[in-house]
Amino acid sequence: MSPAATYVIIEIAYIIAAALFILSLKWLSSPTTARRGVFAGEAGMLLAIVGTLLHHDIVDYKWIAIALVLGTVIGIPLGRVHMTAVPQRTALSHAFGALCVTLVGTAEFYLRAPAVPKFLMAVLSLEVILGSLTLTGSLMAAGKLQEVLPQRPITYKGQNFVNLSLLGIAIIIAVMLVLDPSKMYLYPLIVVIPLIFGVMMIIPIGGADMPTVISLLNSYAGLSAAAMGFVLDSKLLIVAGALDGASGFILSVNMSKAMNRSFTNVLFGAFGQEQASAGGTEEEARPVRSATAEESAAILAAANKVVIVPGYGMAVSQAQHKVRELYDALNKRGVDVKFGIHPVAGRMPGHMNVLLAEADIPYDKLLDMDEINGDFQQTDVALIIGANDVTNPAARSDTSSPIYGMPILDVDKARTVMVIKRGMSAGFAGIENPLYYLDRTLMLFGDAKGFVGNIVRELTGAGHA
Amino acid sequence: MLAAFIGFEVIRRVSPLLHTPLMSLTNALDAIAVVGAIILAGEHKTTLATILGTIAIVSATSNIVGGFIITDRMLKMFKSSGAKKA
Repeated sequence: MSPAATYVIIEIAYIIAAALFILSLKWLSSPTTARRGVFAGEAGMLLAIVGTLLHHDIVDYKWIAIALVLGTVIGIPLGRVHMTAVPQRTALSHAFGALCVTLVGTAEFYLRAPAVPKFLMAVLSLEVILGSLTLTGSLMAAGKLQEVLPQRPITYKGQNFVNLSLLGIAIIIAVMLVLDPSKMYLYPLIVVIPLIFGVMMIIPIGGADMPTVISLLNSYAGLSAAAMGFVLDSKLLIVAGALDGASGFILSVNMSKAMNRSFTNVLFGAFGQEQASAGGTEEEARPVRSATAEESAAILAAANKVVIVPGYGMAVSQAQHKVRELYDALNKRGVDVKFGIHPVAGRMPGHMNVLLAEADIPYDKLLDMDEINGDFQQTDVALIIGANDVTNPAARSDTSSPIYGMPILDVDKARTVMVIKRGMSAGFAGIENPLYYLDRTLMLFGDAKGFVGNIVRELTGAGHA
Repeated sequence: MLAAFIGFEVIRRVSPLLHTPLMSLTNALDAIAVVGAIILAGEHKTTLATILGTIAIVSATSNIVGGFIITDRMLKMFKSSGAKKA
C-alpha cells in the first residue's frame, strides 16, 4: 500500500473513532443506552489503535507489543477492583493518563528541540505542566482515598502563596522556553516544579472535598491530552481530550456549586481554607434523643414515605447491601422508599449511586437533591446513613457557619429524622450539626451496617401479622 | 473547539446518576493518547523517545482496559425497578 493510501485510511479511522467517542458519551446520558455507549467507546478505541499501527513511521513493533500486553495485564485488575474502591481507582487512572501525556510531551520536546516553533512550544508546555501536576496530584488523591496518607487536610500559613508561586514560576519558565526553545536546560523544570505543585495542591484537601478535586484532576488530565493533540497535530486526540476536559470541568462546576464554593476558589486548589475556623462555640452537653433498633423499626414500619439519605459513612461500613435489605423489608410492608442523594455525597461524583446500584437498588429510586427536596415535607421518616454536612440546616440559616449557603438536603422538613452515626463527633468539615438537637430527630448510635442490619431483623423477624 | 462544544452539550445531559461511570468512561477515552505513544515507541528515533513511548503505552493501555471494564461493570449494575428480577 502506498504511504498516501495508508494515510487516508488512518485519517478515516480517526474520524470514525472520534464520532464513536461522541456517540459513546451521548448514549451514556441514559442508563438504558449506557452500555451501548461503552461498546461504541471500545470500538472507537480499537479502530484508532489499529489505524495507528498502520502508520508508516513505525519501523519496530517489538516494544509496542510488549507495552500493549503489559498495559492490559495491569489494566485488568484495575478494572476489577471492588466498587467501594472506585474513587481511588479513578484517581489512579488520572495519574496514569497524566503520566502517559507527560512522557510523550517530554519525548517530543527532546526530539524537536532546539528548533521548536513558538506555538508548538506553548502547547507542549501546557501539556507537560498540566500532565505532571495531575500525575502527582492524582497519586496524592488516590493515597488519601486509600487511606495510606492522612485524610485530614494539612494546612500551614502562606500555603496559597507558596502554591501559587510554584505555579507562577513554572509558567514563567514555560514562557522563557517559548521565547527561546534552545534553552533546553530549562525543560526539566517545567516537569519537576508542577510535580511538586501537584503534591502541594492536594495536601490541604480533606476527604469531603474529594469529589471536586477528582473532577478537577479529571479536567486537567483531559486538557493536557487535548494540548498533546495540538502538539502531535492529531484531531482525534484533541477531540477525546476536549471531551474529557469538558466532562471534568462540568463535574467540577457542579461539585463546587453543590458546596457553594466559587469556581475560582476551586481552580486554585484553595480548598479546606475556611474549615479551620469552624464552629465549636456551641456548649457541648445539649440533649439529644436516641433510639434503639427496635424503636426505629417500629417507626419505619408505621411510615408511609421514607427517604434514605446515604453518605460516605455508608460506603465506609459497606452498608449498601444491608440498606437494600431494609429497602426490601419496607417495600414489602407497602412503605414507599426513595433515596435522596446529594451531589457531593461520598468521595466522587455519583459515588453513592454506584454503591446503591451495586446492591441492586433500582436506579429510578435514586433521586438527585433537586428532585427530592420538594418531597421531604410529605416524608414521614428521613433516614440518614453516614451523611452529615450535606444535611446540616446551618447551611441555610447560620450566616457564620463555614458551610452557609451550601445547598443541602432538606431532611429537617420531614416529620421524623433518624440519623445513624457512630457518635456525636462533628462531620468532616468539623462543623456542629444543629439537626441532631431537633425534637423530631432521633439519633441511632452505631455502625451503619450493624444498625441497619438490626432494624431489618426487627422488621422481618419480629413476625408481623 | 467544536469538539469541546459538542462535548459540553452531550455531557451536560448525563444525569448525576451516572457521573461515576461518566468519569471512568471519559478516562478510558482520554487514553487515546496511546496513539501518540505508539508512534513514539515505534519510530525508533532516539532511545529516550522509545523508552518514554513504551512506558506511556503501558500506562495508557492499562487505562483503556481498566476503564472500559469497570465502566461496563458499573453500568451492568444499574437496573430499573421495571426490569428487576428476584
